[in-house]
Amino acid sequence: MNTVIFRTLAPFLTALMLLFSVFVLLRGHNEPGGGFIGGLIAAAAMAIYGVARGIQPVREALWFHPMAIAAFGLLLACVAGLVSMLAAVPFLTGLWIYPSLFGVEVPLSTVMLFDLGVYLVVVGAITSIALALEREDI
Amino acid sequence: MEVLFSLLVGVFFAAAIYLMLSKFLVRILLGVAILGNAVNLLLFTSGRILREVPPVIPAGLDRQVAVTANPLPQALILTAIVISFSFFAFLLVLSYRAFQDLGTDNANDMRVAEPVADSAPPTGY
Amino acid sequence: MQSGMMAMTFVAFCLPFAGALAAPLLTRLLGSRAALPLSLFPLAIFVHFAQLLPEIGRGEIVTGGYMWVPHYNVSFSWLIDGLSLTFLLLISGIGALIVLYSGAYLKGHPHQGRFFSFILMFMGAMLGLVASDSFLMLFVFWELTSITSFLLIGFDHAREASRRAALQALVVTGGGGLMLLAGLLVIWDVTGVTQLSLLLSFGPEVRASPFYVAILVLVLGGAFTKSAQFPFHFWLPNAMEAPTPVSAYLHSATMVKAGVYLLMRLNPVLGGTTPWETILPAFGGLTLLVGAVLSIRQTDLKLMLAYTTVASLGLLVMLTGFGSEHAAAAAALYLVAHSLFKGALFMVAGLVDHETGTRDITRLGGLGRAMPLTFAAALLAALSMGGLPPFFGFLAKEEVYVALSGGSLRSMAFMLAAVIGNALMFAVAFAIALKPFLGPRVATPKAPHEGPALLWLGPMLLAVCGLAAGLISAEVHALVTSPLASAIAGQPQVVTVSAMPHVSLALLLSAVTIVLGVAFFLLLDRARLAADRLVEDIGWGPDRGFDQFMAGLVRFSHRLTRLLQPGRMEVYLTITFAVVAAALLLPLAWYGEWPRLPIWPADAQFHELAVMALAIAGVFGVLTATNRLNAILALGIQGFAVALLFLLFGAPDLSFTQFMVETLSVVILTLVMTRLHLQPRDARPLSQKLPDAALAIACGLGFSLYLLKVTQGRFDPVLTEFFNLYSKAIAHGANVVNVIIVDFRGTDTLGEIAVVMTTGLAILSLIRIRKSVAGSAATATGPKKATAGDTQR
Repeated sequence: MNTVIFRTLAPFLTALMLLFSVFVLLRGHNEPGGGFIGGLIAAAAMAIYGVARGIQPVREALWFHPMAIAAFGLLLACVAGLVSMLAAVPFLTGLWIYPSLFGVEVPLSTVMLFDLGVYLVVVGAITSIALALEREDI
Repeated sequence: MEVLFSLLVGVFFAAAIYLMLSKFLVRILLGVAILGNAVNLLLFTSGRILREVPPVIPAGLDRQVAVTANPLPQALILTAIVISFSFFAFLLVLSYRAFQDLGTDNANDMRVAEPVADSAPPTGY
Repeated sequence: MQSGMMAMTFVAFCLPFAGALAAPLLTRLLGSRAALPLSLFPLAIFVHFAQLLPEIGRGEIVTGGYMWVPHYNVSFSWLIDGLSLTFLLLISGIGALIVLYSGAYLKGHPHQGRFFSFILMFMGAMLGLVASDSFLMLFVFWELTSITSFLLIGFDHAREASRRAALQALVVTGGGGLMLLAGLLVIWDVTGVTQLSLLLSFGPEVRASPFYVAILVLVLGGAFTKSAQFPFHFWLPNAMEAPTPVSAYLHSATMVKAGVYLLMRLNPVLGGTTPWETILPAFGGLTLLVGAVLSIRQTDLKLMLAYTTVASLGLLVMLTGFGSEHAAAAAALYLVAHSLFKGALFMVAGLVDHETGTRDITRLGGLGRAMPLTFAAALLAALSMGGLPPFFGFLAKEEVYVALSGGSLRSMAFMLAAVIGNALMFAVAFAIALKPFLGPRVATPKAPHEGPALLWLGPMLLAVCGLAAGLISAEVHALVTSPLASAIAGQPQVVTVSAMPHVSLALLLSAVTIVLGVAFFLLLDRARLAADRLVEDIGWGPDRGFDQFMAGLVRFSHRLTRLLQPGRMEVYLTITFAVVAAALLLPLAWYGEWPRLPIWPADAQFHELAVMALAIAGVFGVLTATNRLNAILALGIQGFAVALLFLLFGAPDLSFTQFMVETLSVVILTLVMTRLHLQPRDARPLSQKLPDAALAIACGLGFSLYLLKVTQGRFDPVLTEFFNLYSKAIAHGANVVNVIIVDFRGTDTLGEIAVVMTTGLAILSLIRIRKSVAGSAATATGPKKATAGDTQR
């Protein structure tokens, strides 16, 4: 798999897949997509990059340890639930606000925050599994 | 279509269970992977099967009016897929580690926790 | 009850536990002098409950409590009547003396703080037990007394005998507690009430219930084990392994009386029937005789007392179930008298042991001059135990004989048992009070001298109480025994017996008892030999039976475990899947509910059939693959075929997810299998393959048929319609699947991502364990070696 073409193309492929994963995540509420799928696409992107360039560049590119990303995602998901409790509704009840940004109404919600948490957990956990298995010296 | 799906599910289960009854970890792993798919298809089928119409509410409408696929089993399966993947990865690493430490992929030779010559526990106080 | 009083009572129930928490610290600060502040806890409780005496004396019942789990109607509530109050005062009063006594008795012991803690914990449990109104609290405290008694008996845990005795007591009384729980649940089922105070008015319903005998057997199972009735008596003498303060407290005055308490408490509900009035006196009478005969046989002061305690408990059970007019009063009087004299005598035995270094009655003598106060206390207690006027024990024995003098054959038989039992106990009482103190001086391991004040204070006080209660019997009856007897009988009773002897049948029987007792006392050595021979002729006893039972249990468990867990994974999996196949196929066959013969779907299109065929081909490819590349490839094919199926049948979300997961699975499988050089070989012989295949096909067939049956039935669209209706309206999302995941069932998803996260952590740690354990070896031999199987340890 270590052909020159693959190694050259892999970063672009990864970048595209990451962009696509965010797109899938954001449109998930109204079209097919969502945190699980987006997260898996992003994790696959990392895995491809890792296969092409080795795991060290992936770790450097990620900046954080993938498990830390997953933990942050779990935290976000919990925060999304706790915000609802602060608003005196049951845990994880969806709350929506519609701030206006440059004249465009942007729907923001705790549900979206929760989905982002799911996305990050899936990315982090599965990337860390893949990277662990890609290591040569285990 | 439920009829065909039922038969398909049966085939998946039979194959998965046959693989899992083997003594060798790799075949057991393959069996677990197929078992996940079998269970997902089972859930999918029991929610009844409709063609091609995803459970998405068309723009401009407040509720679903058309007949679509059943969203509930889909939601269950979606998370199940991810979880069974994590489970599969865990088993994979576990067998890998077992192989490295014990030097065998035969489950019957792995007797560290339950040794063959296990003496009777002491009686007394 | 006013709320102030109620709060105080609640605090009183919590105080022992607070004391238990404080005890280790106090003992570290003050040493054995911690007994003084710690004794204030039970003393405060005693004073608090003593305030209730006038109210209870007027025949009132004090109830109170707080809701605990309102949803299930579970409350922490108490019921204090004559019965409960007597117990509360005995427990807290004797408890205070015991704390002081053990301050001196265990002085310098390295774990004295722990001991205080256990004793106070036990006290809290016992107080809760006798005052609990709700069944649940009764059971909780009941088992708590078993557990704390386990801790106390095993206090000297370095000795095997202690460990055995502790375990034995726990198994017997804890097992009985479970029977009690079952009995209480049946009572709850029959009456619908969970509180003793309410249950008292349900007597007729319970007695008429078809489950009455079951209730009786279960409740008696609890009471007889706790109160050491024959044939469960054996744990009590063994429990003498505990330090003497424990024996004096738990095994004479309090815990062993819990069973008697339960019988007395339930007498108005369960009593008055033929089974009750047959079983209780029969077992009680037998226990009385067995205990008395066995006590004669002993030479150890504590063991002599322990067996007389067994006998006394038998007498109490007999009286509780006897059902005659004076039986309740007799039981009440004997209960109080016994607690006073037996607690005192146990403490005397401990004191003698502490000061001389031995408890063997044949190696003691002439201590009277060296230990005059101890001698006095022992003599006072023995006079009460022997039933001589004007001691309280005399009143009790008079009333016992009045209660048993019915004239019928049954009364005569039990009367005979009571006279013999009492005479034997008379002999033992004076053997303990006289033999060590009179006669020529016998050399003892330690030079005897009077013990410290804390040691003789307790027995002296209890013994004097036994005398005083006999002298001012009118007041005692008004405040204590009459309400107590009323609670036992379930109707108002007035106890009138006084210390003034008057000519009657009972007095005559008392005289006979004393004459017999003196005879036994004089012939004690010969009687001991006779009893010894009797026991040796019988040979096997329940005590040895317990050992055999425990050893048998271990052997049985070991064999069963070996049978169920042979350590071979294929056996586990075969059993599991056999059960799955049976669970799927047998109900269909049993009820004849096979699915209708399926019809080939007319609308099945070619590309759909092709994808299904692809999936099946993939599965067969995995089954038949002989090298890893083919296996992985085939696995990928079936996975992608499933993804296509999802796409074709209206599930794009699933399809994408499945595609990604299958890709990742193939990648990680390749990574691991390449490195390991594993082959998916199938080395099963044909004789193994055929049954495996049959089992697999049976399971597959089961799932197919089951699914056919399900899909042929009516579809319940309630949930689906709910989600379709509200997805946009409430949750503002058009993709119903995603809305279910992140909104409607968000908490589930939260759990699921936590699982994913945990799996990731588990995998990382699995890999890192290897690094840390084999780290040095792996770096030394290089990465190449680590991949082969040569790193096994």
